[in-house]
Amino acid sequence: MSQFETVIGLEVHLQLNTKTKIFCSCANQYGCPPNTNVCPVCLGLPGTLPVLNHQALLSGIKVGLALNAEINSFIKFDRKNYYYPDLPKGYQISQFDFPVAKKGFLNIKSGNQEKRIGITRAHLEEDAGKLVHDNSSNCSLADFNRTGTPLIEIVTEPDLRSPQEAYDYLNTLKLTLQYLGVSDCDMEKGSLRCDANVSIRPVGDTKLGTKTELKNMNSFRAVKTALEYEVRRHEQVILAGGKIVQETLLWNDEKAITITMRSKEQAHDYRYFPDPDLVPFTIDYKVIDGVRAELPELPQVKFIRFVSQYGLTDYDANILVADPGMADYFETSLKEYPHAKKIANWLGGPVLMELNNRKKSIGELKLSPKDLVVLIARVEDGVVSNLVGKEVLTAMLDEGKGADEIIKEKGLAQVSDDSSLMLIIDEVIAQNPAVVEQIKSGKPNAAGFLVGQAMKKSGGRANPKKLNELITRRITGA
Amino acid sequence: MSLHQLTAHALLDLIKSGKTSPKEAYADVLMRVLAVDPKVKAYVHMAHCEPDFSGAMPIPIAIKDNLCTKQEEITCASRILKGFISPYDAGVIERVKNSGGTILGIVNMDEFAFGSSCETSCYGPTYNPWNLECVPGGSSGGSAASVAADEATWALGSDTGGSIRQPASFCGIVGLKPTYGRVSRYGLIAFASSLDQIGPLTKDVRDCALLMNIISGYDQRDSTSVNEAVPDYTKALVNDVRGLKIGIPKEAFVEGLNGEVRQAVEDSLNLLKKLGAVIKEVSLPHTPYAVATYYIVATAEASSNLARFDGVRFGLRAQPASVRKNALVDMYEETRSKGFGDEAKRRIMLGTYALSSGYYDAYYLRGQKARTLIKNDLDEVFKDCDVIMTPTSPTVSFKVGEKISDPLSMYLSDIYTIPANLAGIPAISIPCGFSKSGLPIGLQLMGKAFDEEMLLRVSYTYEQNTEWHLKKPNL
Repeated sequence: MSQFETVIGLEVHLQLNTKTKIFCSCANQYGCPPNTNVCPVCLGLPGTLPVLNHQALLSGIKVGLALNAEINSFIKFDRKNYYYPDLPKGYQISQFDFPVAKKGFLNIKSGNQEKRIGITRAHLEEDAGKLVHDNSSNCSLADFNRTGTPLIEIVTEPDLRSPQEAYDYLNTLKLTLQYLGVSDCDMEKGSLRCDANVSIRPVGDTKLGTKTELKNMNSFRAVKTALEYEVRRHEQVILAGGKIVQETLLWNDEKAITITMRSKEQAHDYRYFPDPDLVPFTIDYKVIDGVRAELPELPQVKFIRFVSQYGLTDYDANILVADPGMADYFETSLKEYPHAKKIANWLGGPVLMELNNRKKSIGELKLSPKDLVVLIARVEDGVVSNLVGKEVLTAMLDEGKGADEIIKEKGLAQVSDDSSLMLIIDEVIAQNPAVVEQIKSGKPNAAGFLVGQAMKKSGGRANPKKLNELITRRITGA
Repeated sequence: MSLHQLTAHALLDLIKSGKTSPKEAYADVLMRVLAVDPKVKAYVHMAHCEPDFSGAMPIPIAIKDNLCTKQEEITCASRILKGFISPYDAGVIERVKNSGGTILGIVNMDEFAFGSSCETSCYGPTYNPWNLECVPGGSSGGSAASVAADEATWALGSDTGGSIRQPASFCGIVGLKPTYGRVSRYGLIAFASSLDQIGPLTKDVRDCALLMNIISGYDQRDSTSVNEAVPDYTKALVNDVRGLKIGIPKEAFVEGLNGEVRQAVEDSLNLLKKLGAVIKEVSLPHTPYAVATYYIVATAEASSNLARFDGVRFGLRAQPASVRKNALVDMYEETRSKGFGDEAKRRIMLGTYALSSGYYDAYYLRGQKARTLIKNDLDEVFKDCDVIMTPTSPTVSFKVGEKISDPLSMYLSDIYTIPANLAGIPAISIPCGFSKSGLPIGLQLMGKAFDEEMLLRVSYTYEQNTEWHLKKPNL
């Protein structure tokens, strides 16, 4: 047991997927050729002025409500002043003393424990552009396409006590945000970014230790690894009698180390002040109530409902809820075919496997809930075996055809008629006299071996239930 | 009279009656520019595009060098913006073009509108048409001088602390700063966003109303513009002030007010009284703090507004001969050191200081509180007054170079005009006399928010009963 307690707080920057940017009418789009998705406003040309995209504000309120936060009906924007070539105006429009949401929380499960993580604040701001470093000409190029993309920054209280908890929080947060549909939450595209503040203190202390801030982690896994590294480093420094210096560090994923970016002394004075170009205003509580009314069912609530309403196991419910598309798919399928457990097994089993193999989301599959339940029904009715059913699924996805069509075309229907099966059974009995003797001497379980042999001979098409019945009857005469 | 000497409404009458054409009028004003601008130096450059003469109001107009005009180099009279060709039209420029306005060219100003004399321009000073040794006022000095010298029929300027009214006063013409939010700021290169407002500089009050009709109105690209119906301002031109209450703040007649200016204002007051207005002495107890308040709020906003001039995307970019810190920081420092003049640097430093951590509460926040008090004073007076009257400036124009090395005395030049910007209310300057030395004196009227009509009515009445506005400088 370590003598130190770890204290972590996270800052997540999330790009909101509004149609247009936050302060101009440029499309909010990823992946355009450099500097093609820009206008005088987001380029910060002289004389231009920002106009708030109302949709971005509504998304911000949505995030705040989902994080159980208080919504500030007084909407005010401030300027955060600093120089960087990717920041066209020399200041970022952000929210300083009136964040759109404050004092919220998110419940997470870490191991088997539930824990409430406090959300200090969530505020709206504009994203900066991007610098591309061109080593061949030893210069940097600025791409302003990303400039003005709406962001919400979600800041936690220092409530996380381990890198694993930080990891669990991020996954829960991401899932919640995906349910809200406000962002694609794709860390690779940079639509979700995370900075971490970490410190350690002797167990039992209430005063926070000196923290360091970690940047440049490009996956949740990297956040966890970087925090583990940094916690170890803090412990080593302190145990060696040293002091932690408050600084900002960059995580180097390749070398798996943190590198100093700037010290506290070099920290910026951002000179925040109210942006005079954006007049503060008050939003009607009806607008907030309207957003609240449209909030989707959030993952934790859905999980509880799936377990209680459909009698699913925690395991099944978890798999379904972990993907909002999957959860919806499940409930749509259920309307066609009211057997929750069976649908859950198929979705969590063969369907999930197909998704992983094909690297696709459920929405991208050529498989309607109606198609899927037809397949499940055929398996349940014994038309095809469970094993063949999986084959049928693969074929359905490859060819975009229905289950019945595939079964018919490929002749996969199970053989259930007695006369065809009896031919195979007689053959198997003749070849395995020893097993037959065992059954006769009162070991009916040995019949399973004969069923397997018969199954093989039928090319997997025989109905195993029926085989078992017929074999037992044949041997015992019962 | 020659075409270039005419007011816009007189010119329109001639055009309508077929006695002249828009093209002829434009050419005549251009000839005047060629003849006298080498002396006045109002223009920074002439327009690059031949205007369209087919519009309804084809009046030759001069544009201040901080109003973005498509395909024109717009520099705020600063080296740092040299080479910036605006790819778009400001809201007011669109309105002027839509009305048929014929743009003559871009006129001089104090660098980034920082100044009251037009001397801080990177192009050198503009001169007062009434006395070429004197300043035209500022920052819209080029706009005022061009109209006074008949080098433009009317002009657009911008006013952050008096930058339309003070040069109008120094040059003997009419200048109006509209209510904050009346005219779109979209495309106005910002000095202090919460104070800036674009407005007309004209030869008489009727022209002022006409140009206000063109430029006023809501613009969804400017969140601070107000969606309020725009009246026909010419309807306010009524020669009648009977029963109107004019407030005279006792704080206005203080030390530092030039005797001749004081006399001219008192004469004006008596004239309006004779015409039936009721004169009331009022008090604006917090106005002595106006200049200090202004120089905190305005410089704070300016320090941030000017951050975008960093050499990265447009205008000047400079790199020192050898590396000092690193290529990027060196570029920022060299560009901004070379690009900005002394006054711009002074104001950026003042504003940066006022916003700095640890000083914010003592300066910026306190400034904003003082601003509220000053606004409250004015609101209180307007409960029982239709307009407030003061001199526009405590002095007449001064010699070029006389105050340039004394920024404090230059700042006091705006002592009467600043409160209207802090409170966001409209204010006008109209000619009300001349000094013995032959320099114009201006009278300022302030009104309630969105009551430009009252200012126009009182000004029009005054103008109809005086002849100051008819006098022309000898050039």
